[in-house]
Amino acid sequence: MTLTREKQIEMLRSMQTIRRFEERASDDYQAGAIYGVVHCYIGEEAVAVGVCAALNRDDQIISTHRGHGHCLAKGADLNRMMAELYGRQTGYCKGKGGSMHIADFSIGMLGANGIVAGGIPIVTGAGLAAQLEGKGRVAVSFFGDGASNAGPFHESINIAATWKLPMLYVCENNLYSAGTIAADTLALSDVAARAAGYGIPGVVVDGNDVMAVYEAAEAAVSRARAGQGPSLIECKTYRWRGHTERPGQEDPRPKEEIEEWRQRDPINRFATNLTDQGLLTEEAWQQMDDEILAAIEDAVKFSEASPFPDPEAAVEDIFAD
Amino acid sequence: MPKISYAQAGTDALIEEMQRDPTTFHLATSAQDELVKEFGADRVRATPIAEGAFTGIAIGAAGSGYRPIINWGMITFSFVAMDQIVNQAAKIHYMFGGQAKFPITFRASVGGGRRVAAQHSQSPYSMFMNLAGLKMILPSTPYDMKGLLKSAIRDDNPVISFESNRLMGVEGDVPEGDYTVPLGVADIKREGSDVTLVALAWLVHEGLAAADTLEKEGVSVEVIDPRSLVPMDEAAIHASVQKTGRLVIADEAGPTAGASAEIITVVTEDRETFAKLKTPPKRVCALHVPIPYSPGLEDHVFPDRDNIVAGIREVLDAG
Repeated sequence: MTLTREKQIEMLRSMQTIRRFEERASDDYQAGAIYGVVHCYIGEEAVAVGVCAALNRDDQIISTHRGHGHCLAKGADLNRMMAELYGRQTGYCKGKGGSMHIADFSIGMLGANGIVAGGIPIVTGAGLAAQLEGKGRVAVSFFGDGASNAGPFHESINIAATWKLPMLYVCENNLYSAGTIAADTLALSDVAARAAGYGIPGVVVDGNDVMAVYEAAEAAVSRARAGQGPSLIECKTYRWRGHTERPGQEDPRPKEEIEEWRQRDPINRFATNLTDQGLLTEEAWQQMDDEILAAIEDAVKFSEASPFPDPEAAVEDIFAD
Repeated sequence: MPKISYAQAGTDALIEEMQRDPTTFHLATSAQDELVKEFGADRVRATPIAEGAFTGIAIGAAGSGYRPIINWGMITFSFVAMDQIVNQAAKIHYMFGGQAKFPITFRASVGGGRRVAAQHSQSPYSMFMNLAGLKMILPSTPYDMKGLLKSAIRDDNPVISFESNRLMGVEGDVPEGDYTVPLGVADIKREGSDVTLVALAWLVHEGLAAADTLEKEGVSVEVIDPRSLVPMDEAAIHASVQKTGRLVIADEAGPTAGASAEIITVVTEDRETFAKLKTPPKRVCALHVPIPYSPGLEDHVFPDRDNIVAGIREVLDAG
């Protein structure tokens, strides 16, 4: 499977944008400009970007508490995302959601979700809508290893398989369910093996290889668009940072393990691969990074210049008119 | 005007709305043949008995341009889907800054009297009233069932239709064809001047019987059916209590933090209405227990017309 140079460069740009966005979000969170809680996706960028590269704008996705990567990979606007983290009126949710609840329905991003496995049934409903509509759209559920142990995962996949819904279930297995070693909570070592119980394809993919993720997603998307039903893709990956950015949290992960996974950096790996193929020069890569950093600086400036919502707006949008 | 049952009025509303709007579809753990024949297996689906999943599916489909109608069966089964109701459906429009609409109707039967014990005899609407972001209706007649359910289906928000299982077979006048009863508009079932009785669902009928009894004693009872719990027609309750100066509430649910408690607060927090109260308000509710099985036990727990009469007398005796 070959993608055009332009498409691959865009994928690299998207991955690096996620990383730079979160580095900045973490800094600004530590500085007190971003409130509550921030969960970083750094280290897992290849999953969101690889899957979303196989999607069209009108395909739909749902995300998790660790949602910045999925938003950006689906094409969300940096300014409105950063402004939401900053709690501003110009944010995606007018300051009502924050990091854990960013959505952009206009690009098929049905929202980050603060409940583990909570989004899986919802996006399965988007899959049902796509099937009823009959225009070949697909829907993608991103979730973690932790969610794969919860009822909504099993209930939703059973329904999707029974009704042949055009769905991708993408498990980001980063080996830890918050602070717990995932292997201690999983009956099988591979989440993908659970697909057999529902009679659907289940594949394990190197989640730090964006092209491998893309190829697996592309095959599953083709299958879904052809009316052959859902697939389960398990992407083995790793988050470089703690469960959240809150300082002083216990982290059970050995330093050597974190270091080992940092050596498998999905971005560096992809950039090197593109460079080796002659598709990217060092200079162009540096320039891209500079552009990304500038765009993020602009997003911060936009956020800082944006007003906080009028406190009275707290009682708006409870119901649609 | 044809007489049809409360249950049939619900089915008629469902069928007419599904004919009217091609974006509607129906999910429940069983698919009625009548509905499948008319609307096809795509729009009328039997789900697995997995309420959490199909409740969430409704949310996602609603956010994708559809107008799902969900039947949980008994309200009991909605508790299996509490994450999807509490964390998702109630909050999703607000949490995302109002950028998408989630028009979903959830239907469920409530109430006791069927000798099916604690898990299948519940009226937990106040648990849902406590959440911001859900509307809810509680029809007491076939006419209101059809009209309110149509409004619920057309509403652009999640609406729960609490349907009294004691009323399923009760017949009443229902016009053929389309009409709606708006959410948030109470119905004054009977005008009176001595005491306001706010009654819910089955107890509207018991309350009207109690009012007949008391009329013979020269007591004039005004009976109000709020019909929807969210939004609540506070103005109608205020106006009635300002007129009568006395308030009794009859609810098949238990009293603690219940709809009845909310209705008292609606009255007592309003300065003008509170000033007109001649006596403390009184609640006639189920006892605060899980519902027992054996007939004598169950009947002891639920209020009926006699309890309402006694409650009203108590309020009148107080001044």
